[in-house]
Amino acid sequence: MTVSSPRKTASHPLSKLLPSEVKATVEQASDDHTVITVERGQLIDVLRALKEHRELRCNLLVDVCGVDYPDRDRRFEVVYHVASLENGRRFRVKVPLDEGDAVVPSAYGLYKAADWFEREAWDMFGIRFEGHPNLKRILTHEAFRGHPLRKDYDPGQRWQLTEAEEMVPDWATTTQDGDDHFETQILNLGPSHPATHGTLRTVVRLDGEVITNAECEIGYLHRCFEKMSETHEWNQVVPYTDRLNYCSSMINGVGYTTAVERMLGIEAPPRAQVVQVILSELSRIMDHCVCLGANLVDLGALTNFWYFFQPREEIYGLLEACAGGRLTISYVRVGGLAHDVPADFEERVRYLLRYIPKFIDDVERLVTSNTIFRDRTEGIGAITAEEAVAWGWTGPCLRASGVPYDVRKAYPYRGYDQYEFDVPIASAGDTYARYLVRMEEMRQSLRIIEQAIDSLPDGPTLTDDHHVALPPKQKVYTEMESLIWHFKLIYEGIKVPAGDAYSLCEGANGELGYYIVSDGGGKPYRIKVRPPCFAIFQTYPHMLIGHMVPDSIAILGSLNIIAGELDR
Amino acid sequence: MDGWDGDSEAEDVTMRQPDGSSTVLTTRVDAMLAWVRKNSLWPLPFGTACCAIEFMSSVSAHYDLARFGAEVVRFSPRQSDMMIVAGTITDKMAPIVKRIYDQMAEPKYVISMGACACTGGFYRAYHVVQGVDEFIPVDVYVPGCPPTPEALIHGILKLQEMIQRGETQYDRLKPSKDRVAPAVEAAAE
Repeated sequence: MTVSSPRKTASHPLSKLLPSEVKATVEQASDDHTVITVERGQLIDVLRALKEHRELRCNLLVDVCGVDYPDRDRRFEVVYHVASLENGRRFRVKVPLDEGDAVVPSAYGLYKAADWFEREAWDMFGIRFEGHPNLKRILTHEAFRGHPLRKDYDPGQRWQLTEAEEMVPDWATTTQDGDDHFETQILNLGPSHPATHGTLRTVVRLDGEVITNAECEIGYLHRCFEKMSETHEWNQVVPYTDRLNYCSSMINGVGYTTAVERMLGIEAPPRAQVVQVILSELSRIMDHCVCLGANLVDLGALTNFWYFFQPREEIYGLLEACAGGRLTISYVRVGGLAHDVPADFEERVRYLLRYIPKFIDDVERLVTSNTIFRDRTEGIGAITAEEAVAWGWTGPCLRASGVPYDVRKAYPYRGYDQYEFDVPIASAGDTYARYLVRMEEMRQSLRIIEQAIDSLPDGPTLTDDHHVALPPKQKVYTEMESLIWHFKLIYEGIKVPAGDAYSLCEGANGELGYYIVSDGGGKPYRIKVRPPCFAIFQTYPHMLIGHMVPDSIAILGSLNIIAGELDR
Repeated sequence: MDGWDGDSEAEDVTMRQPDGSSTVLTTRVDAMLAWVRKNSLWPLPFGTACCAIEFMSSVSAHYDLARFGAEVVRFSPRQSDMMIVAGTITDKMAPIVKRIYDQMAEPKYVISMGACACTGGFYRAYHVVQGVDEFIPVDVYVPGCPPTPEALIHGILKLQEMIQRGETQYDRLKPSKDRVAPAVEAAAE
C-alpha cells in the first residue's frame, strides 16, 4: 500500500465513475477535496461507488458530521469525508435534509467507522441514521433534552443527571441462554478507575475470565468544544484547541491555525513555521512519553514512568520559556506565533536533543526485550490492516498494523516535506507493535527537530497581513493606519471568507482534522474536529472479545485514548 | 522538638520529667490526630483532564509529592482521605464524583485543582458543572489552567494548615458532640 500526494484535480470527471442513475453535483473544492452533493436516497450508492470503484478506492471514512443552517430551506446537512489511502484522493459528500424529516441511511454497512460518528451526529443534531445498530446518545447523558449543536440551542442550558439514571447496556441486565450463573458475570471498569486514565467506562461480560461482550460509554469529559468555538472569535478558539489533546497541545493549535490560514489564503512566516514544527515534534515526544509511560505503569513497570516524565519536565521548561505555560500553552495564532521565541531557544533545543535520547535508550533496554512485557503484549489486541482502516484508524496505531499512512508525508503542511524522516511501521498490529512504533517515532521526531533547528531562519513570527494580525504596538501608537487596523481587528475580529474546508494534520494519535464552516463573520460558524482517537476507541469493545480483563488494560494503554480529544 | 509543628497548641505541650528529659508530652487528642492526619494524606486523584497530567508531574520525581507525606496515591476511595478533583467535571460525571466522595474514609478533604473544577473555567457550557462545590464541600481551591505542580503543592500545604487548625469543611460539617444528631432528633419527634 502506498500513499501519494493529493492531486490538484481529478484526472477525469468523476461523474463518469459514479453509477449512471445517480443525480449528484460534483465540484472541485479549494481544499483538495472533490465535493459531491447528493440526495439521501442515493447516498449509499455514491459511498459504495467511492469505496469500491477501482479508480477511487476510498477505503477510509474519515468523518461524519452534521451542520445546521436554520436560514436555508433545507435546514440540516450531513457531511461525510472519505479518503483513499492508496491514491490520496479525498471526497466530501453532502446530503441536505429537511428539518421535519432529518433521516439518512446509515453508512455502517459500508464503513464500520461510521458507528460512533453517526451516533455523535444524532446526539448533537438529532439526525437519525436509519439502520444504525445502536443509535443512542454518545456524548451527552441520558437526562439531556434537545440537541446542543443546533443553532437554536442555548449554549448555557444544562440538564442535571441524578445518580439513579445510570447508563447500563441492555445486554448487561438480561440473562442470556447458556449463562452459567457461577461463571458469568458483568464487570464495570471506570469511569473512575486507575487504568482508564481519565474518563472512559467499559462494561464487560465475562465467561470465567474471558470477555464475551463489551460496550464503552464515553462523554464524561464532553465540554462542548464545538459549541464554545461558535461563541468565540477565530483566535479565541486557540486556547480551546489546546485542551483537545492536552498531552500535545501544540499540535492541535498548529492544525487549527493551518486550517484557518488556508481559508484566509495566507501563510505564516517561515520562522514561525519552523518553530511550530520543532515544538510540535517535541509535543509528539511528550505525548508518546505519557502514552508509553502510562501503558507500562498499568502493566506493572513503574520505573519507566519516572524515566519518561523526566524529559517531559525538560520540554515543559522550553515551552514555558516560549509561551509562559507548561501544558496548555496557546502559543500559536492565526498567521504565526503569539511572539518570538526566547534568545536561548536554539541552545535549549540542542540541549534537549542531547538529553532526550538517553531516556529512550534506558526504557528500550529495560522493556523492549523484557520477557514479562512481551508475554503480556505480543498477540494482544492484534488488528489487521484492513480491519484497522475499516474502523477509521490513523496514526501510530494504524502504522503498527503495517499501513504507512502519515499526514506529514501524504499531505505535507508547515513544510514537513523539506525534512528527511522515516515513517516507522510494524506488521503485527498488536500492543507490542504499537509500543515499538511509538518508540521509533520519538527518534524520528528528534531527527526532524535536528534538521529544523539547523534551518531556523530569522525574521518575523507573525504575518504582517493586518486583516489577520494586530500591528506592532509601537506603530499603533504612532501611525493612524495601524491604529485603525488595531481598532477594526479588536472590534470585528478576523473575517474568514464564507465557505467550508477540511484541513488535516498529523496529531500524536493520528489524523487530526478540522472541518470548518465560515459564514464570513468574526466567529466560526461551525468547527468539527475529527479526533483520531474517537475512531480508534470505537473499535476497543470489539477488540476485547476473547481476551482477559488484564489484557483489556494493556490494550487500552496502547491505544492512547485522550479523553479531551475523544469527548471534546 | 523538630517536626512538631502544632504551634497553636504550644501551651499544651508540657515537659513532665524533673530532670528535663522530654519523654512525655501532653497535648489534646484532637491536636495530635490533626498532626498525624495532615502529614499522611492519601490522595485519591479524581483526574479527568489536563490537570490530571499536571498531577502526574507533581507526583513524579521532579516535584516529588512524597516530601509532604502525600505520595501514597490510592484509586480506591475507601483507602484515601484527600480527593483531588483534577479536571473538568461534566454533568455526566457529577453523580460519579459524588458517589466516590461518599465512599471515602472519614475524615476526608477535597482539593479542587484548576479553573474547571473551581468554577467551570472557560467552559460556560451546556454539559459542564460550574464548579465542583455545586455538590461536594471543597477545602482548597487551586487556581490555574492547569495549575503548575508548585501551585498544587501550595494547595496541599494550605490544606495541612487547615487540618491542624481544625478549619476544614469536614470539621465544620461534622455533627458536634454537644448537639444531638439530626437523625436522633427527627426520631424523637
